[in-house]
Amino acid sequence: MAAEDDKNLVEISENTIDIARYMNYVSAPQAGAIATFAGTTRDTFESKTVLELRYEAYVPMAIRCIKSICSSARVSWNLYSIAVAHRLGTVPVGETSIFIAVSSVHRADALEACRFIIDEVKATVPIWKKEVYSNGEVWKENSEFLERRSDLGNKDVDCSAKMAESMERSNKKPCCGTKVKVDDDVSQK
Amino acid sequence: MNSPTCTDLSPVAACLKEADTMNGDSKKESSLVKIKVLFFVRARDITGLSEMPLEVSSRSTTQDYLKKLLVMFLSLEEIQGCVVLALNEEYAVDTIVVQDEDELAIIPPISGG
Repeated sequence: MAAEDDKNLVEISENTIDIARYMNYVSAPQAGAIATFAGTTRDTFESKTVLELRYEAYVPMAIRCIKSICSSARVSWNLYSIAVAHRLGTVPVGETSIFIAVSSVHRADALEACRFIIDEVKATVPIWKKEVYSNGEVWKENSEFLERRSDLGNKDVDCSAKMAESMERSNKKPCCGTKVKVDDDVSQK
Repeated sequence: MNSPTCTDLSPVAACLKEADTMNGDSKKESSLVKIKVLFFVRARDITGLSEMPLEVSSRSTTQDYLKKLLVMFLSLEEIQGCVVLALNEEYAVDTIVVQDEDELAIIPPISGG
């Protein structure tokens, strides 16, 4: 988990996402960069007209997972503050379902961490969306999750060496098991 | 840990017996664990439940619970190959032994973001 002085804000709710509030949360005199990502509802999927998306989550686990991702990002990058907001319930076309804001002294850290956080959220956080069309609906499946599924189930086996290091810092099992593996990938770039 | 009623049976038979007689008078409380199972999205659509209590013999693993659920809800087989299990809000390996009052969640493919 995050150290006491880490500035992380994680919110999952049915409210409309107030982007300005999260920008304000991460901004600070010592941070020269704020990188953001906003995921919004698209109006079509494979030429089908999308009316709206409906999100739901295993909220307590999702919050733990996102906090764990924030801690993981701080291991790889020098970050000042992180805000992650995910909306639940109906999100109409054009509105924001997820917003991430990361601040850092220099831009590279914030930009790379922001990319890492959205990729990890899509791969590991238990949130689901149903796409509602004019003539039907379907539960979506993130390809990022399907690629990582077996790792999630076997984190203690696959990531034991790195996991020990990670657990030493936190005295607690990380929620999202393979994040350390992804750190490796990033550091090899 | 071992229930006296099972001592003359093979381990497998003992487990089956425990499961079959979970409401029997002769059962010792300590030989069973009772947990809460959560079903999300497609798992909920299939079972018609968002959560249910479930009792299985002590020392059962998360995989044992999944097998039991597959017997109770045959259609869960449709998504068996793509779900992940979470125990007490953390992704879990199949071999973790479930403790009394644990919370086991069936996590179908996620689609957040």
